[in-house]
Parts: sequence; structure tokens; C-alpha cells
Amino acid sequence: MLNAIDKRLLQEVADLHTIPQGAYNIRKNGQAAGRQSTANIDIVTKAEKPGIDVIIKPGTKGESVHIPVILSESLDDLVYNTFEIGAGSDVLIVAGCGIHNPGSNKSQHDGVHEFFVRKGAKMKYVEKHYGEGSGSGQRILNPKTIIEVEEDGTVELEMIQIKGVDQTKRDTQIRLHKNARLIVSERLLTDLEQNAESNITVELFGEDATAQIISRSVAQDNSRQVFHLSLRGYAKCRGHIQCDSIIMQNAQVSSIPEITAFHSDAELIHEAAIGKIASEQLVKLMTLGLTEEEAETTILQGFLK
Amino acid sequence: MLELRDISVSVTEEKEVPILKDINLALDKNKIYVMTGPNGGGKSSIAKTIMGIYQPVKGKILLDGIDITEKGITERARLGIGYAFQQPPRFKGLKVRELLALAGKEDLDEQCDLLFDVGLCAQDYIDREINASFSGGELKRIEIATLLARNLNVAVFDEPEAGIDLWSFQKLTETFEHLHEKYNTTLVIISHQERILRLADEVILVSEGRISEITSRENILAEIEKIDFDCRCRKECIKGEIASAECDR
Repeated sequence: MLNAIDKRLLQEVADLHTIPQGAYNIRKNGQAAGRQSTANIDIVTKAEKPGIDVIIKPGTKGESVHIPVILSESLDDLVYNTFEIGAGSDVLIVAGCGIHNPGSNKSQHDGVHEFFVRKGAKMKYVEKHYGEGSGSGQRILNPKTIIEVEEDGTVELEMIQIKGVDQTKRDTQIRLHKNARLIVSERLLTDLEQNAESNITVELFGEDATAQIISRSVAQDNSRQVFHLSLRGYAKCRGHIQCDSIIMQNAQVSSIPEITAFHSDAELIHEAAIGKIASEQLVKLMTLGLTEEEAETTILQGFLK
Repeated sequence: MLELRDISVSVTEEKEVPILKDINLALDKNKIYVMTGPNGGGKSSIAKTIMGIYQPVKGKILLDGIDITEKGITERARLGIGYAFQQPPRFKGLKVRELLALAGKEDLDEQCDLLFDVGLCAQDYIDREINASFSGGELKRIEIATLLARNLNVAVFDEPEAGIDLWSFQKLTETFEHLHEKYNTTLVIISHQERILRLADEVILVSEGRISEITSRENILAEIEKIDFDCRCRKECIKGEIASAECDR
């Protein structure tokens, strides 16, 4: 059964107000709390380790899979999920983890997600992190995402974490084959004493593979962020990383670019910038009648949208 | 009416440097004032002092008889004072539509009219983010639109024509001319352009941090006429027929 806290967590991480349409698997405090397969999407429990296999039939179009994880007690949770996205399909997968930690012990969820996006398939993957709870217990999320994109496949990745998570280390590894397309958009806001690290490595193996990574973050208070975004081009390919951070108060941000070409027709670009909110932006919005705080919120909301 | 009484402003770098000295101005409703004068003379500083971005070290500012000297930017904005920046900032992630809504125009049709008034095709711009893809001229026009969006008591435009192409410039001067049909605004335009000077009810000459003269449009134009007597392109320039010529006279 889902209680009020569970429902709020679900809404935060998966924009769900109730049990989702289509296929879903809800994991609550390390246990299965609900599951539904459909004619085209099969969800089965892994035999050898905790986690699920999500198998999407070739040609499945316009369907979605929701696989939220919610933690409402102190727990160390680890899962391995595997996704088989059948050739020519077009699907939306919404993952995400919400933690409500009322106690003084830590709550931790480590998820390993492995995707096989088959020939010509199109997948949008949304992963949201959310943490709450007044206890002193740490809220920790360490997702690892591995994506293999076969010929003509398209992957859109949206990774969002706005406050609430004390420690996060996000590892993302993507391999692109011939004519595969990748768009990653990462949004991160840390405050208080939070730490966040994001490592994204994209390997472009196939001819005409393209990758675009747009990372935007805001670091407030005493929080720390480290971005290590790397593109590796092994063929005629194009890749672009854009990494923008707004830094406030006593926060610390490291943006470590890495682009490596193993082929003379690889075109790789890395842009990175860290800075505070420009005072002209604040003043401009204040001349429209906003207070300084309202102006700051407006600028940050726009930036992280 | 907006009054500046004995206003002095200083900026502190290593030591205090006065940038405005004993400024006295009385600006009436429903009139157009064009402020002109050499670069670095203090025009933008007067504008920023009116908006509350600079605080005076001496003197008083009154809006319709009420002392607003101590009021900050936000409060002055809410009292109906607006300032269009000479170099407006870009906003990553904020769309033109959203900025105009912040300026108080939430209705889509009205937003489109505003963009048309500054010579932009609404369809192309309304959903665009005000980011690095905007050229200087486009940014200026959006900036002007954020002021036109508001029914202001006092609107100050800081070199609105800078970076704007001639066709749009024509449109812009018309927009300024017609502003008083809609609103009862005190309009202050900082400009060096003859065609903007032609709109002025009064021309305020600012140099070396002081108001050196307040004069009529006729006087100032006669003076320009004298200076430009030898310029063969003058008439074409004024008519806007020479697209490539940039003339600051």
C-alpha cells in the first residue's frame, strides 16, 4: 500500500499522482510495491541479483515505463536493472528515486541501469532525484547508467536533481554506434553541505554518430560539485559538451573537460563556464518590479529549466 | 512630474569620484525629453539615479511631490519608473514571452503587438530564449519592449537606437511619437540621433557631470544644421535613405 509520503515522493520523481498508465514497477524500501507488464512491455524479476529486466518488443511505439524507487526509512538499497529496447521502438522511460529519511541513519539507493537500445529505436529516459526528511540521516544516491545505442538509434537523457540529496555520485557511460544520436540534459542544484559528482563518458564508435551534452548546475551555500564530462571520438562523428554552472555563497564547482579524438574526422567541442549571477540580470528584473530574491529565483528557475 | 533637486552622485573606486554635480531637473508628464551630450558626460548616470541604481550623496528626488530618494530599485519600479538599459543583459533559459510577462504583459496578443512596435516578428521571437543567440540589436529591441509593456509614469531609454537597423529605427521613432496617445508617460530618451532629437519637447545637454543647458529642439537642430552645412549626405541620412551610413551628428 502507498501512504501519503510515498505518494508525494512518487509525484516528485515521476510526476505521478496515482498508479501510472502502461507498464510500471514501483520499488518501495527495497521491496516490490506494484508492477504491471503490458502486451509489448514485459517486466520480470532478475533471478541472480536484486532488480528487474524490462523487455520492450521491437516496434513498440508511444508507450511508457515508470520505474520509480521510493525510500521512506533508513536503508541501504542496491538494484541492477536491465532494459532491452527493441528495434524500431519509440518509448519513454521514467525512473527516479525519492528518499524520505526521518531518522538519523543513512538512506542509500545505488542503482545500476543498463540499456540496450537496438537498431533504429528511440528512447527518452528521465531520471529525477528527490530527497526530504528532517532527520540528520544522510540521503545518498549513486546511480550508474550504461547505455549502448545501436545503429540509427536515438537516446534522449534527462537527469534532474534539485536539492535534498546529501551525497550523489552519478556515473554515466554511453556507447554510440553508426548514425546513433544522443542528447543529454543534466540539471543539478545543490545547497547546504551537499556533494554531487557527475561523470559522463560518451564513446562515439560509429560513423556519423552525434552527441550533445548540456549540463547546467547551481551550487549554493557550502555545497560542492564536480563534473567530469568526456567525449571520445573513434570515427567520423560530432560531439558537443556545454557545461554551465552558477556559483553562490561558499560553494565550490569543478568542471573538468575531456575530449579525445582517435580519428581525424572527429569534431569535438567542449564549452565550460562557471560564474555567479550577473548583477545586471538582477538589476534588470528589479527594474521590472521584482524584489532581489524574486529576481534571483526567476534567474535560477530559467537557468535550470 | 519627476524632480531632481541638487542631486550629486559619486562612485567609490580607490577614492570617491564625483560623477554628477548639482543636477536640477523638473520633468513634466506627457512630454518627451531628449538628453544628449558627449560620452562620459553623465547621461546614463542621471538615468540610473532616476531608477535608483545609483544612490545620490546629496539632493532629493521627487515623484509627483513625494520624496523617493530613499527608495530602492524595486520600489521605484512599482511606482512606475522604468529604465531601458544601454547594454541589456541576456538571460539563459528565459523566453521573450516570459520576460514580457514579468514586465506585466501576460496576454499573448498584446505581447505580439509590443514586438511589432519594436520591429520584431512576434512569431519568430516570442518563444525564443534571450540567450547568446540574440544579436545586440535584437536584445535592444526586446529591452525597449519591456518598457513599452508597462504603463509607466517615467520611462527612461538609454540610447535606444544603438545597434538597430534603419527600418526598425523608423518604426521606433513612430512608436515613441505615438506613446503619448496611449500613456501619460514622462519620456526621457538618451540619444545623439537627429531623428530622435526631432521628437523632443525639450533637449537636455549634459556634460562633465552637469546639465550645461536645457534648450528647445529648434535651437539644437539649428546648431546641428550649422555644423553639418558641408555634409552632402545629410538630407539622405535624415530620410534614412543611406542604409550603410552611421552618423552620430
